[in-house]
Parts: sequence; structure tokens; C-alpha cells
Amino acid sequence: MSILIDKNTRVMTQGITGKTGQFHTKMGKEYANGRNCYVAGVNPKKPGESYEGIPIFATVKEAKQQTGANVSVIYVPPPFAAAAIDEAVEADLDLVICITEGIPVRDMIRTKYKMQGKRTKLIGPNCPGLITPDEIKIGIMPGHIHKKGRIGVVSRSGTLTYEAVGQLMELGLGQSSCVGIGGDPVNGMKHIEVLKLFNDDPQTDAVIMVGEIGGSDEENAARWVKANMRKPVVGFIAGVTAPPGKRMGHAGAIISGGKGTAQEKLAVMEECGIKTTKNPGEMGKLLKSVLK
Amino acid sequence: MKIHEYQAKEILRKYGVATPRGIPCFSVDEAVKAARELGGKVWVVKAQIHAGGRGKGGGVKVAKSEGEVREWSGKILGMMLKTHQTGPEGQKVRRLLVEEGADIRKELYVGMVVDRGTQRVALMVSSEGGMDIEEVAAHTPEKIHTVFIDPGTGLKDTEADSLAAKIGVPPASVPQARATFKGLYQAFGETDCSLAEINPLILTGDGKVVALDAKINFDDNAGFRHPEWQQLRDLDEEDPAEVEASKYDLNYIQLDGNIGCLVNGAGLAMATMDITKLYGGSPANFLDVGGGATTEKVTEAFKIMLRIPHLKAILVNIFGGIMKCDVIAAGVVAAARQVSLRVPLVVRLEGTNVDLGKKILADSGLPIISASNMADAGKKVVAAAGGAPKKAKPKSKARAKTRVKKKATRKPMKRKAAKKKGRR
Repeated sequence: MSILIDKNTRVMTQGITGKTGQFHTKMGKEYANGRNCYVAGVNPKKPGESYEGIPIFATVKEAKQQTGANVSVIYVPPPFAAAAIDEAVEADLDLVICITEGIPVRDMIRTKYKMQGKRTKLIGPNCPGLITPDEIKIGIMPGHIHKKGRIGVVSRSGTLTYEAVGQLMELGLGQSSCVGIGGDPVNGMKHIEVLKLFNDDPQTDAVIMVGEIGGSDEENAARWVKANMRKPVVGFIAGVTAPPGKRMGHAGAIISGGKGTAQEKLAVMEECGIKTTKNPGEMGKLLKSVLK
Repeated sequence: MKIHEYQAKEILRKYGVATPRGIPCFSVDEAVKAARELGGKVWVVKAQIHAGGRGKGGGVKVAKSEGEVREWSGKILGMMLKTHQTGPEGQKVRRLLVEEGADIRKELYVGMVVDRGTQRVALMVSSEGGMDIEEVAAHTPEKIHTVFIDPGTGLKDTEADSLAAKIGVPPASVPQARATFKGLYQAFGETDCSLAEINPLILTGDGKVVALDAKINFDDNAGFRHPEWQQLRDLDEEDPAEVEASKYDLNYIQLDGNIGCLVNGAGLAMATMDITKLYGGSPANFLDVGGGATTEKVTEAFKIMLRIPHLKAILVNIFGGIMKCDVIAAGVVAAARQVSLRVPLVVRLEGTNVDLGKKILADSGLPIISASNMADAGKKVVAAAGGAPKKAKPKSKARAKTRVKKKATRKPMKRKAAKKKGRR
């Protein structure tokens, strides 16, 4: 078990003919069970062609029908990425992972509105993707830093997720699944939804939750943890030193109107029984300290 | 991206929002000419800077004669206007807006932002106009009324009318308030705003609804479909280091500390700032070089950081995923050679091709202090920058420890560096 994806997942790449899409599809295919997992690509202008032996279809719907792919990963450039998500949702896939960074927020509001009442889950945009180590990797994270194990990781950031994983590995702790939910204000799954999945996953013993300034997703997740989580959760929030009113790289990482500060988030998390650290170099150690 | 009040008003007018008549000016003579052109007996001379709180800082003045227009324009143009958003040194005023005077009966507040919780655009209104809305939210939150707009239907007439009534708009003026709210929503969507604010929105003596001030921020992500933003951008209002960085597609924010940070990834960049602070240092900047950092980008990043006069040390923290450590190491070495590196450089590399990367750094002969992990990097860079303030006990202990280590790693490098100097 794991969450969201495993070795039986069948993936299509939307934007498979672009440089980024090609590179990461190849890397994903070469990782663990990737050869069996990556089954299709989509490009409306290049149906019938193939990349690395992966057939390319004109539409998501066709790719799904022809190959049985139930998950899509999107590397389409920002102007067209929201429409790519819409197409995947319309085709009733299980999960869409949008890696693309820089999608206008207006487009995402429209896309989320269209997703109401649909069963397709969305991860991202502006995220590293997700990995179930030694089974499948969908996204841009380096596969080799991971190892199968029993710790769940959920994070809004890319490289900071790798950092958390790196620290776990130093302590010999593998991961069940690692999920990068992305740094945009309007996005798919939030911390809380991923934590719910980890809670129900028999192969996850504990979770590292990495957040950052902006919004109140971490607070919401913390309150849910207090009431429902049966497993230990530890946390770190990036941006204690971030000045208000400045967008810290991620569109969602901004302290506005005095809200969304790291201090506030850390306080709520602690109140809810989530052990936190202010030292990003000690996420792994903190997690180890709560393991039984 | 931020724009000026007069630019925001121009946009809002296109969407049916009423504003006072006004003319942007760049000199005192232009201001006087504008007042003449506008006619009437009362004018308002308004400093145009991107920061809020201009009135309190003395950047907005009422003039009752041409002479006063001249006087106020002369005083405001060129002044260093200090507000709660500018920082202690203030922002130089280079542009003015001269407007006709308004007969204010009541001041209201209207704001629009993207709400993350509902993932919709939120329209917030309040009867407490002209004040800092954050103050209102803190002290009298019941005076703020919000509607989360359904993206399918847009703002409904019933919603707009109900909001207007709640903030005391008299029935005769409700249709105008409705048109203002709906116009604002349309402008927000079509021009890709991340924030739009009318504070105050006024009711005039004769019942008109007028936007006396306007603020618009754009969603940077939508820049590709708004070539007109280039004309609206005012580089004088932006931090020069940030402008320079944006030319090279570097995500850079200037802070006031003395430790430069070069990191890949926004989250890790923030965490790197945090860890320098944690060990008693102070970050000079936020810098995310992104996933595709090239030697050129790294070199430019170094140049930008080295312009900070009080810079004491630089920390490079890279967790190479897609970005390979050997590539970044080569970039760091090339950059360090190109610029004259006057401060200690601490480098922490992890991830793809890390051994190769470390070898490149070691072989370079540059006096690079290498760190084994993030905590080590934080401690070493703070020590290199001159250490933490003395009072924090555990911190100084950590520092003492790193000093020993640092000496050990530095010795052979120093010799190489000296050799290199000799060659020059």
C-alpha cells in the first residue's frame, strides 16, 4: 500500500513532446516499475507518433481508452495548462498531477469551478509531483534519494521536500509516499486531504508535514489532525524570516494583512499536538523522535 | 506587479467605475496646467508611489488656488515620502495625480482578493472607508461584509445590492454601487488582478458613488497575456536589485541582513533564510535560482548579492534534483572567479551528482567553506559572517565548534588561493 499511486498505476503524460515533458517521462519510465507504468502521451498535433516507445494520442480520452491510463501528469506550458487539467477531468481520470509552474490564478479558479462534482483528484499545479519509492515516480523529484519505507511526506515545496527526504534517509527511514502539493494559492489537494489518506494507509506509520507562509491550509490540517489522526505528525513551516507583503517565489507564499505567518501556523500546529521544529535541518530527527 | 493609483483608475473607468477627473503629472508646471484644464476651485495633489498610507505621510494635499497647486506640487514632487509601507528611508515621489476636488459625504471600503479557502474571488466591503482595512478587520470585523463570488454566475445583482445596503448606501445610490462592484469584478477578472481595492469609495453630496482612490496588483503569472503591463511598470518604484535579478529570471527579494543566500527552490530558499536566522545570523536576501540555473544565472546572482555593501558572507544551498550538483558547482566556481569574491563563501551541495560537485569545488582552489548538511551550513555561514550576537549561549557553543572545523577545512585551500594570487 501507499497513497494515490503505486506500481499498478498507469500514467499518461500531457505535454510529452516538450523538453521538460520528455525528460521527466524518460526519468519516470526508468524508475522502478516505470516501464510498465508509463503507457501514453498526449499531443493533439502528433497523434500516431511515439516517444521512447510510448504511443502519443490526440486526446486524453483516447489515451485512456486505448491504454487504460488512469492518471495523468501535465508538463504543458502555463498558458494552456489549466485547459489540460480540464481535459483530464472531463475524461474522468482518477488523478491529475500538474507540474506546470506559473498558471494564472484566474485560470485555476475556473478550472477548480469546473471540477466541482467530478471525482478526479488534482495535485498541484506548481508542484514536484509524487513518488511511491521503489514502485513509481510521477514528477520531477530525483528518484534515487528515496527508499521504500513507512514515513509519509507532504509538502508545498519541491526542494524542501527533497531536503526532508534526505534527512530521513540519513536516519535510515524510508518513505511510503511523498506528495508535493505545490505552491500556488488555488490548487488541488491540500495538506488535510493528503493527511487523511496517510491516516488510512496501513503502510504509513508517521508523517512529516512541510508547509510555508501564506493562507491557512496548515492550520486547517492541524485541527483535523487533532480530532482524527491516529499517527504522529511532525511539521516545519518555511518563512519565519519572510517579510510581509512580498511573494516569496511561490505565488501562494505571501503574508498578507498580517495573516499566514509562520509563527501563527507553528503555534496552531503545536496546539493540535503536532511537534514542530524551527530548524529545517532537524525535520528528520524530529520525526524519528516521535516514532514508537 | 503593482501599478500607480492613476493607472488603476484609468483601468477601472473602462469598466464603468466612476472616479474624479484627474491628470497625471511629472512636473510642477504640468500640475498647474492640469489644474487649469480640470477647472473648478478645489484640486487634490496626490503623490504617486506604489506604497499605501500616502495621505498620512503628507503626500496628498488639497489646493484651493492655482498658487496652492503650484506650492503643493513643488513640495510633494521629489520628496522622500515615508509611509508604513515604504520603510524608514521613504520613497522618492516622481509622479503626481492632480484631481478635481470631491464633495465627500461618506467614505466606504471596497476590496477584492482571491480567497484560498473557497478558491474564489472575494468581494469585501465596509462602511469604514478611508481607514486601514487591516485595523477594521482586527477591531470591528463585524463591519466587513464579504461575498465569495460564484465563478459560474459572476457577482449577482442581489448580492451587490445587499452588500451596498449593509454598508449604508442609500437606495437611490444602490444602482451605482452595484455597477461599481460589478465593474470591479469584471476588471479583476479581465485584467488578471491579484488585488483590487477602492479605499475610499465615496458617496458625494449629490448621491454619486465615486472611487476616490484605487489600488491594483496584477497576478504576475498572467503577464504572458498582458503585453500592456510593460507600459504600466514603473521601475523607479521597484528595488534595483530585484529589477536586475528579474532580467535574468532570478527570483530575488532584498532583505536587510548581511548573509547572502543562493538556493534552488522557493521553499528551500525560505528555509535557508530561516536557518541562518536560527543560528544568529541575518539573511540579506531571498533568492531562488530555479530548476534550470546556468553558470550565467549563478554569476549574475553573485554579482547582485555582492552589491550589498554590508554583505559579510554568502551561503549557497543546493539540493540537486533535476539540477545536477556538478553543474551548479561549475557555475559557482566560474562565478566566483569572474566576480571578485570579497566575502567568505559557504557551499552545501546535496542530491544528484553530489560527489562530482564536491570534487569540482575542492579542485577549484577557491577558498570555499564546504558544509555537510543544512544545519552545518547555517552554523558555518553565521560564523563566517562574524558570528551570532554573544548573549545566545547554545548558539555561541555551536559557533565555537564550527570554528575549529572551519580552520581545518580552510587550511589547504588557503595555500592554493595564495598561489593563485601570486600568479596574478
